[in-house]
Amino acid sequence: MSLLQTIDLKRYFGETRAVDNVNLTIEEGEFVSLVGPNGAGKTSLCNVVSAYLRPDSGKIIFQGEDVTNASVTERVKAGIARSFQLVNLFDDLTAFDNVALAIFSRQGKTRNLAALAHLDGEVNNEADTVLGQFGLAAKRNVTARGLAQGERKLLDVALAYALRPRLLFLDEPTSGVSTRDKGQIMDTIASVVRGEGITAVIIEHDMDVVFKYSDRIVVMHQGAILAQGPPDAIRTNEQVAMILLGSAGPDAFSREH
Amino acid sequence: MTDTTVTSAVPEATGPATTRLIVVAIVILVALAVLPHVVDTYQTQLLIYGLLFAVAALGFNLLLGYTGLLSFGHSAYFGTGAYTVAFIVRDLGVQSMELCILGGLLGTLFVSALFGFVCVRHTRIFFGILTLALSQVLWSLAFKFFWVTGGTDGIRVASARLTLLGGLIDFRGPGAFARFIFAYYYYVLVLFAAATAVMWIIVHSPFGKALQAIRDNETRAGFIGIPVRRYRWIAFVISGLFAGLAGILWVPLNGLTTPDILYWPFSGEIVFMAVLGGFRNFTGPIVGAVVFNYLKAYAVASSEYWQLVLGVVLVILVLVLPSGIVGTIARLTARFRGKAS
Repeated sequence: MSLLQTIDLKRYFGETRAVDNVNLTIEEGEFVSLVGPNGAGKTSLCNVVSAYLRPDSGKIIFQGEDVTNASVTERVKAGIARSFQLVNLFDDLTAFDNVALAIFSRQGKTRNLAALAHLDGEVNNEADTVLGQFGLAAKRNVTARGLAQGERKLLDVALAYALRPRLLFLDEPTSGVSTRDKGQIMDTIASVVRGEGITAVIIEHDMDVVFKYSDRIVVMHQGAILAQGPPDAIRTNEQVAMILLGSAGPDAFSREH
Repeated sequence: MTDTTVTSAVPEATGPATTRLIVVAIVILVALAVLPHVVDTYQTQLLIYGLLFAVAALGFNLLLGYTGLLSFGHSAYFGTGAYTVAFIVRDLGVQSMELCILGGLLGTLFVSALFGFVCVRHTRIFFGILTLALSQVLWSLAFKFFWVTGGTDGIRVASARLTLLGGLIDFRGPGAFARFIFAYYYYVLVLFAAATAVMWIIVHSPFGKALQAIRDNETRAGFIGIPVRRYRWIAFVISGLFAGLAGILWVPLNGLTTPDILYWPFSGEIVFMAVLGGFRNFTGPIVGAVVFNYLKAYAVASSEYWQLVLGVVLVILVLVLPSGIVGTIARLTARFRGKAS
């Protein structure tokens, strides 16, 4: 049984076919990259699967259950988590509180209004561990607002990761950061995700990153899946090269290294 | 707000220094407990008003400061508490203040749960307008149904008829009023301290943190699994109950409940208190309520244009001290400490 299966998933915005009859299958433990030119529908697909958007039609099957009509919180409980392209944090809370809150929520403890949050040793330890895994231990007591862009991107992913999801969507985790930070951020994320065996779907523009980390690459174009396969097959696919780079040829992806 | 040293000076940003906090709280409570022995009955009376408004403002601020919802209708819950007590005393002949509190809280629970259910479907200006509209509904009921509510005459609740602590303390015989004020001060002080402690625990609980997450980013709050609307509703009800408790305690002191306390300017006063003290700090609304109460009492006594005085204060406040009294003190202290070290 696949972890996630979308069946004829559709979401249009007027004339724009953001998600057009997508049949995507994600297997347990995979690291999948979702690529395609701007406007291909990558983020829309992620939004529909994570319940940020409702589909116009089609079905979403997660772990054999139909979750098409499940709310955001229900899907989070089922084990689907996501990070955001435009960083979405609790800006006036510290990095520590941001992560701790995700853990409290996962454990169903946010209902508790008669205990002090900072006295919960179990949650505090786990929050510190997660911050450490993402290299944010030193920034523990800095408000999310006060973090650098690269750190904010990492914290955004850390929040989703702290939910211990079965399926993790990462929407451009390295967009908006310098090329120098990019590699470091991806290495951090990949090591955590790989280390814990989390199934991840990552939306990414940088093809070097995509080829380096993915088990499988799904190429989207105009709302539909154009091609998918292991990195080597995608690298030599001329149609894909045409769409992504606007030029064909066997050397299309092996640019200046 | 790019200066991280300033933002992390906000109490909720760092872990609360619990021991120091408890010491400071005890010192303040002891000072408050000694005060009626030093000042006269009028001053004691003024302070009771200040303390019970502080309870209302604390409740209000759970919504504004911690959940990010500006209620412009908290007069509704204050008034519900007050009117429920008036009904209980007048129609059921209840004398025990404890029974009044219980009944008043039940009444407020019902109204705030009902109104909250409607209001939390919206945020920002729509939320504010809904709370305002619903409070005006209650006001017009109290105003028009005079055969039940006494209309503008209100309902009288004589302090002499009430007993405290299950009948242990009553107020008959000579000097009753002064004795009532003296005893009632401690009664309100204890409830104020308890309400403050409860609120402090709530805002530092996982639930309180979840509210702050909703305030900062409701979308992401949903995506870490927090049921945003339900939590807003719970916060609304708790907030209403605090305002209701304040209204309950206010009635015997005022001796009379009138539709004024359901009218929108009173909601505005509660907003004023929180802004004056600083809604980004836990103690802000407490300080704001006490200061506002003195400000209003002396403005009314010294000038017939007291609204003008309050208006000018509000304008200055927003322009010069947007973080309120407590927020400004916290910032100055942080800056002073930064220079010292």
